[in-house]
Amino acid sequence: MHFMYFTEQPMSAYDSKKGLEFGATALMFSNSHFDPVAGSRLYNEYIEQYKLAEAVNFDGIMLNEHHNAPFCMQAKANVFAAVLAAVTERVKIVMLGNPLPLADNPLRLAEELAMIDMISKGRLVSGFVRGGGQEQLATGVNPAYNRERFEEAHDLIVKAWTQPGPFRFEGTHYQHRVVNPWAVPLQKPYPRVWIPGVVSRETIIWAAKQRYPYIALNTSIEATKKIWETYEQAAQESGYSSGPENRGYLQRVHVAETEEKAVANARQFMWMQGEFTGLAHPVWSSPSGYFSPSQRRNFVEFATGRAVSPRGRPDFQQQLDDMQIIAGTPKTVIPKLRRILEETRPGIMALWANDGTVSHADSKTCIRLLGEEVLPALRETGAKLGLNSPFDNNAPVGIRYSTDLRKPAAAAS
Amino acid sequence: MAGSVAWNESSLAVAGVKLHLARAGKGRPLLVLHHDTGTLPRLPFYDALAERFDVLVPHHPGYGKSERPDWLRHPRDIAVMYRWLLSELGLSAPILVGLGFGGWIAAEMATSAPRDVGALALVGAMGVKPPRGDILDQALLSYMDYVKAGFHKQAAMDAVYGAEPSTDQLVEWDVCREMSFRIAWKPYMYSQTLPHLLGGVKAKALVAHGDDDRVVPLSAAEVYARALPNAKLEVVKACGHYVEMEKPTELAALVTALAGNA
Repeated sequence: MHFMYFTEQPMSAYDSKKGLEFGATALMFSNSHFDPVAGSRLYNEYIEQYKLAEAVNFDGIMLNEHHNAPFCMQAKANVFAAVLAAVTERVKIVMLGNPLPLADNPLRLAEELAMIDMISKGRLVSGFVRGGGQEQLATGVNPAYNRERFEEAHDLIVKAWTQPGPFRFEGTHYQHRVVNPWAVPLQKPYPRVWIPGVVSRETIIWAAKQRYPYIALNTSIEATKKIWETYEQAAQESGYSSGPENRGYLQRVHVAETEEKAVANARQFMWMQGEFTGLAHPVWSSPSGYFSPSQRRNFVEFATGRAVSPRGRPDFQQQLDDMQIIAGTPKTVIPKLRRILEETRPGIMALWANDGTVSHADSKTCIRLLGEEVLPALRETGAKLGLNSPFDNNAPVGIRYSTDLRKPAAAAS
Repeated sequence: MAGSVAWNESSLAVAGVKLHLARAGKGRPLLVLHHDTGTLPRLPFYDALAERFDVLVPHHPGYGKSERPDWLRHPRDIAVMYRWLLSELGLSAPILVGLGFGGWIAAEMATSAPRDVGALALVGAMGVKPPRGDILDQALLSYMDYVKAGFHKQAAMDAVYGAEPSTDQLVEWDVCREMSFRIAWKPYMYSQTLPHLLGGVKAKALVAHGDDDRVVPLSAAEVYARALPNAKLEVVKACGHYVEMEKPTELAALVTALAGNA
């Protein structure tokens, strides 16, 4: 199995009361609430925490990116990836991921990622995402072409990584008359691509058709099983069978030396005021054209307060009961995490361990306990269940590099 | 609210796209170009015009009951499609009545064939960058709040859409909004070249604007009125962006007078 450490990198030093008063902690919530002095301290604490995660035997560090919001300080995940490429030695640097549609020049991403792969000596996992609804507005990108831009930018980047230049690329959204970046990835044919997601069926199917692992972001056990069914169906149609190496799962878990402290700190998973990614504004988080037309009516009703969020919004206790959040000492969290592994059977697991105002000291304790006491137990379970990661299985990077397909891979493009 | 006017509904293919068209009345051809929020099937304003003109109210491609062409990228493409539609129908020198976003399309149509314009009425028209203020960004507003911003009085909105617009109506607004994003996202709801091209339109023009238009600043109307050689600016009192819904009789009289003078 592949275990990675994750934090949203919260900008926890803002006055959360102001967010409640404003009614949203996204997009239009003024950056006058951002404190760069605290920001500087927090960035450096996060670097220290990542280094500790490597020291206590995590296999990877998972990074992400968001804009105009306190819940995530990474406005450019590649910046942190570049830092980690230099200050760590062994861990995989797992981008989950770069929001492709936000890029007006995807070749720039191809270059940055190639540099990170070379500097890290081949430790990059280059996940890609569509970016949230409000990210489109924060960067002035048309939400109505989000999925088209995602797929086209992906195709351009992979082509730039695998086909010698110079060549010309004439797409619908991207036109480049000269493609010839003088930075290409160290890993061949190209760095592994993992695709994280929450609700979009289209993304699950797209990932399966590419044979890219799909990372379910803290979805309920039941929803996760449905995701794997959808993935497996698309995998079968593409000529292969999916297994644990195609599946990743992100779990919120906080560990401390006492139960009480663990639960108190785990409450900080709710510091985003009950929402998965901060107190969302229903209109800004679901701009027209961003969601699948099949979801149109649901999101329209949500945006006008006529229905609850299609993403759901359970309270803290409910999330503890459903193991959406797990908190405790190593002894009490291990059986719960084992149950998650048994139920969701991923080859890749991300542990989202610290959020909100959890102190630097408590974050480090949590990382240490996870690495020293929890991971060994989970690795044992993973081995018993045969939960192999793409690295364990030497799985093909993408469908084009498969040697076991039941029919030609022509369908994937 | 529908009057006794008999409207004929049809579907016509232009550029491979099925366009929905409502048509009523006799007289000179008059093309009404609706807002970015689509249009209701009937409005007292349309009925009033149909008493004197051959009124055509198409649904823009991608809006209402018209098909969405995936390739369409700019309101100017819609203007060309409507020139094609008029040509198919054998209509020339139409009176163009553009409402809000439809005003942008009407202005594009006029600049593309300046001699083939009976008269031009731009009502709260988008399409040019306001020198003062900005065109309201609907991406930041709920469907209802955006429409609400277009009325001077809440009661006027309630009279047209009901106090609680149906979910079907909201879904339709979402479809409209998606299409507006597809074709007018950046720069948002205006063309940087249009102001330079308006000078060739010698037809009589009415530039009407509500004095309480919170969607399009009055300064945009002033740009149109200055750039069009034969334009007259009319500021409609106690009125928002949706002049045709808030002051239908007054606007119908202005358009009729414009056509009479043409």
